Amino acid sequence: MKRLAPLAIGAALVSAAAWADTAPGDVAFTDGAVEQSLTGKPGDAANGRVVLGDRGQGNCVACHQVSEMADVPWHGEIGPPLDGVGDRWSEAELRGIVSNAKMMFDGTMMPSFYKVDGFIRPGDAYTGNAAEVVTPILSAEQVEDVVAYLMTLKE
Amino acid sequence: MLKKAIVLAGAAALTGLASTAVLAGPDDDELVIDGETFVTELPGFEGSPLDPIYSGWRFRDDATQALEMDDFENPAFVFVEQAAESWETVEGTEGKSCASCHGAVEESMKGVRASMPSYNEAAGELWSLENYVNFCRTERMGADALKWDGDELNAMTALIALQSRGMPMAPVIDGPAAEWFERGKEIYYTRYGQLELSCANCHEDHTGDMIRADHLSQGQINGFPTYRFKNTKLNSAHGRFKGCIRDTRAETFAPGSPEFRALELYVAWRGQGLSIESPSVRN
Ligand code: HEC
Ligand code: HEC
Repeated sequence: MKRLAPLAIGAALVSAAAWADTAPGDVAFTDGAVEQSLTGKPGDAANGRVVLGDRGQGNCVACHQVSEMADVPWHGEIGPPLDGVGDRWSEAELRGIVSNAKMMFDGTMMPSFYKVDGFIRPGDAYTGNAAEVVTPILSAEQVEDVVAYLMTLKE
Repeated sequence: MLKKAIVLAGAAALTGLASTAVLAGPDDDELVIDGETFVTELPGFEGSPLDPIYSGWRFRDDATQALEMDDFENPAFVFVEQAAESWETVEGTEGKSCASCHGAVEESMKGVRASMPSYNEAAGELWSLENYVNFCRTERMGADALKWDGDELNAMTALIALQSRGMPMAPVIDGPAAEWFERGKEIYYTRYGQLELSCANCHEDHTGDMIRADHLSQGQINGFPTYRFKNTKLNSAHGRFKGCIRDTRAETFAPGSPEFRALELYVAWRGQGLSIESPSVRN
């Protein structure tokens, strides 16, 4: 109960300081969407853009074309182009799609970026060896950053 | 030097396409080696998951294709020549070489690659070409087994496969091979790793599409062992399977494992009728 003590200082401050990221197993999906921010904070769209393009992070452009990211080489054709997704989907829906696209699109080829269980032979990143601990592909913060960037993709 | 220039030109041509992304599906080129035309496309057979069936050669850029069309340019032949020497070289405690028992490789090994992997009655297992080579080495020559997907073994299987070049892939999947086939099929459609991707996700559902900088083929093995620019050496089919599974952020199977032999049989069946191109050239 001691943790409640800072309440006296100010509610705004507390929510920032005491918030723990939602654990991958605790993400609440409603029709594939996730209302609640995983970090309790707004994401950083500029970093989200980096996550989308980086092979070691989201590598989203491996499968999706994004016109706004023309400076990043090689966009794939597996999924739909992401141009205009900020109009087509709400923030909650985009958070759901990035966290676990299979909740929105049954059986989709799109990987689940914020999930740690249910995998067959999960590996330790790209080493080919077995994973000892499975961590989500993206952190809660990275997911929020990606969502913030996707929200900027308006036609 | 000439070789390098061609490869570089190929890379430049590819980069040019990045912005336009016009690649979709195979090209219309015809594979001719030494005046012989190869089957790189054919209609699906009965029960085939693919229709048409394409060789991976059809998805490569012109410069890469050209290297495979000329044995003097094909970088794999350096390794094939080394293996031709090993074929004649006595090794092990029995004082024998491959040639001591098999004579000329051109005669005795013709057609062998076409039905690989095949069920070995005596062993009671499905064997890849590598298993047969290593069995001769350990049991008949008294020599050490060569490392799976290692340079020496890949060179030897390339030499042997070359003797079947141009012949159609014709694996036997019934009888005792049937359960291996079923196991391979199951592996092909299993979504492995943290990315939860199966072979079929990429090679059946997205043939011809770009995945980042890669132009997806049907993942056929008629060209294996294959020389790859990526590591500038020969690669076995099992080595390729391992790389593809690793790229799904999964724990892979080992080259030579029963799982990969089963998968090899299933994938060979998916490409039956395609001409054997070994040793092929890929990026
Ligand atoms: C391996 C391929 C793959 C990767 C990697 C991938 N996606 Fe997807 N994505 C898809 C596919 C396929 C769909 C279409 C959904 C379906 O299956 O119907 C999709 C759909 C989407 C949609 C909905 C688009 C629309 O217009 O309906 C969004 C948004 C999206 N992805 C964002 C992302 C982001 C952000 C990342 C990286 C963090 C990412 N994707 C990585 C394959 C992928
Ligand atoms: C994430 C996508 C992906 C998955 C999943 C995948 N591959 Fe691949 N594979 C590739 C890419 C990209 C290439 C290189 C381009 C090409 O030849 O298709 C490739 C190449 C190959 C090749 C070489 C083809 C040639 O002609 O040289 C084979 C064989 C192959 N894959 C088999 C498999 C098998 C079997 C599986 C499942 C165990 C698998 N792949 C899973 C992406 C994938």
